Amino acid sequence: MTALLEISGLCKAYPGVVANDDVSFAIQPGEVHALLGENGAGKSTLVKMIYGLVKPDHGTMRLRGAPYAPAEPRAARAAGVAMVFQHFSLFEALSVAENIALGMEDPPKPRDLAARISAVSQAYGLPLDPFRLVGDLSAGERQRVEIIRCLLQDPKLLIMDEPTSVLTPQEVEILFHTLRKLAAEGTAILYISHKLEEIRTLCDAATILRLGRKVGECTPAAVTAAHMAELMVGKSLAQPARAAQAPGAVLLAINGLNLPATSSFGTSLRDVRFSVRAGEILGIGGVAGNGQDELLSVLSGEITTAPDTITLAGAPIGALGPHARREKGVLCAPEERLGHAAAPDMSLTENALLTARIRRGLDQGGFVDWARTREFAQEIITRFDVRTPGTEVVARALSGGNLQKFVIGREILQAPSVLVVNQPTWGVDASAAAAIRQALLDLAQGGAAVIVISQDLDELLEIADRFCALNEGRMSSARDARALSMEEIGLMLGGAHDMAEVVA
Amino acid sequence: MIVDPVTLMVALITVATPVLLAAIGELVVEKAGVLNLGVEGMMIMGAVCGFVVAHHSGSAAVGFAAGMAGGAALAMLFAVLTQLLMANQVASGLALTLFGLGLAALIGVGYGGRDLPAVYRPFPEVWHDIAVIGPIVFSHSALVYVALLLVVAVWLVLTRTRIGLVLRAVGENHDAAHALGYKVVRIRIAAILFGGACAGLGGAFLSVVRVQNWLEGMTAGAGWIALALVVFAAWKPWRVLLGAWLFGGIAALQLRLQAAEVGVPVALLDASPYLITIIVLVIISSDRSRAALNAPAMLGRIFHTSG
Repeated sequence: MTALLEISGLCKAYPGVVANDDVSFAIQPGEVHALLGENGAGKSTLVKMIYGLVKPDHGTMRLRGAPYAPAEPRAARAAGVAMVFQHFSLFEALSVAENIALGMEDPPKPRDLAARISAVSQAYGLPLDPFRLVGDLSAGERQRVEIIRCLLQDPKLLIMDEPTSVLTPQEVEILFHTLRKLAAEGTAILYISHKLEEIRTLCDAATILRLGRKVGECTPAAVTAAHMAELMVGKSLAQPARAAQAPGAVLLAINGLNLPATSSFGTSLRDVRFSVRAGEILGIGGVAGNGQDELLSVLSGEITTAPDTITLAGAPIGALGPHARREKGVLCAPEERLGHAAAPDMSLTENALLTARIRRGLDQGGFVDWARTREFAQEIITRFDVRTPGTEVVARALSGGNLQKFVIGREILQAPSVLVVNQPTWGVDASAAAAIRQALLDLAQGGAAVIVISQDLDELLEIADRFCALNEGRMSSARDARALSMEEIGLMLGGAHDMAEVVA
Repeated sequence: MIVDPVTLMVALITVATPVLLAAIGELVVEKAGVLNLGVEGMMIMGAVCGFVVAHHSGSAAVGFAAGMAGGAALAMLFAVLTQLLMANQVASGLALTLFGLGLAALIGVGYGGRDLPAVYRPFPEVWHDIAVIGPIVFSHSALVYVALLLVVAVWLVLTRTRIGLVLRAVGENHDAAHALGYKVVRIRIAAILFGGACAGLGGAFLSVVRVQNWLEGMTAGAGWIALALVVFAAWKPWRVLLGAWLFGGIAALQLRLQAAEVGVPVALLDASPYLITIIVLVIISSDRSRAALNAPAMLGRIFHTSG
């Protein structure tokens, strides 16, 4: 049997970095093939070459035995290669049908297209209304638009770049069901991810890249996740470690917080109350969109409340803004890195200044001390292994994982007494995620109170001392994370609040 | 009665046409995600080129073509600066207006008061005498009807055709359009040239048909009104047409009120078309969430090809 796609000796160098160095592998028809690697391992460059967005320097590709060298995405699509992007390539102000038409070579008439969209979405269990505006859709629905756009081309090879990073667990289930059905029909899938468990359940084969080179192949179901992680990173992964310690006094307490939704897409918070002690990590679980962003805004001071609603070591801080809270040691790292946690078009030095000015004393009499600020930015880069050419690079230019390390590092190095992080390892590769988790544990060990808001339950169980769930703006009571079973967590996430209270 | 409604309607359509032409061109440019603030400069270039060429060639149609070419030439300069050299669009657009005003004044030296060929009016003379609708509907020069057809054409192309869809997509998310394999820069340059040609045609209409003379600075802010129309019309061709007529109507009305010496300061009457057009359009577009959705998301943003 000839391989569907055969890649041999692909090389691509950018100024200063070799993105791909002599990469070869083959994908069989109907195979779900994983492409594994850390951030910056060259996965994206490789698939961009397959999709015709980037031209390789050397090397050849063969599609169904014939030479294949797409000059542009159009040629790749014509040859039967389709791609779903990591950052959705959708147009928010256009309808679903218009978005799909844009990705097709010769789209049928709008009415016929709408009918075909409905047919395909039915066939693959991906319900979608062709006439809705993409701007009104959820992340999962947007991904369906991309997938259906690809499926209408009847592709032989479907490339998916980190498709599950923005999906809820239920949406991941639906996606996997669709992908298995596609594979059973003979479509090959090239699946890029660094979520090892997902790859073990979904993929038939895996190629592992490290620093642009292929370092191994494996059958994911036959090896352990730890084995794949070691191949990816090149060393064995240290499990975050912590020493048990008795928590100290209550540092931060929320006392009956009510907050109406600020926008039509927002969630209102209802009677949220919890406290976190010095030296403790409180994990807040829940599917995104259940009030996480609102809670973070309240904790950071972007939304102020009545003074007594939030207390820091007994003192009311509810009415204080972000600067005043930073001064008192309450720091936050929001989920959205570009635009919320960091200013995209400003350099890392400037971004370091933005939140650390007060606590690190980076200005004097209104003048910025750029030398010290640069030093601080460099310190973050060194301590948190941020991969960047230097401190003067704009935040936008960093990969998601690297920027996340920078953002978290910036807050941790300010020695907070309370740190709130939202989705700390979202889109971050395994070794970087482990490093971030370890840093959070160390911070708590040093006597800080840490609040981790995350969708990743494994992460919360790994590092949190106590766990509570946020569901539709309501918070369950916090419970000892080590004593919880997965079923209990499921119930808490589902909003069974009474159970927690009975047990506690 | 101090104002005759029929002659007012006729004047309204004539006054509105240059603004309408410039605005419909700018609408296409902005839909492609480009903010060209040089409309005023392109209009005045069109006015002077149209006048000079119409005078020498003895043909209004050739003059109009020259006006379009003049506007498009200036737009090409903007396209090179912003699309190829990645210059800031706001600064380039403002510079284009200043440059256009200066260059037009230079080209037009000595042409003020020269004679012009007659313009073509498509409907037979006898039709003009039909009561009420004769003058309002049939008495205009061909370019007035062309401008109206252009509004319909732009609306059809933007909403019904693939070219229009691709153009909107480029204005909505240039990175995604690029990832799908569309030529963002090429599409934008084409849109900018179209916008320049429309503005130039509007300018040529002003000098060759409406004023029938060349005066330095004769566009008098019509280009800026065209820019404002596009924004407040929420990038919709039909609303641009209404806005242009509103502007033209008040401009024509206030001239008559001035002639009738009503008890309102002349300066206020002079300013009234600008003031009232803006106020009405602000009220129309006050539904903020909807206006935001209509605005091309990439408006004024520079597109870099990467990776």
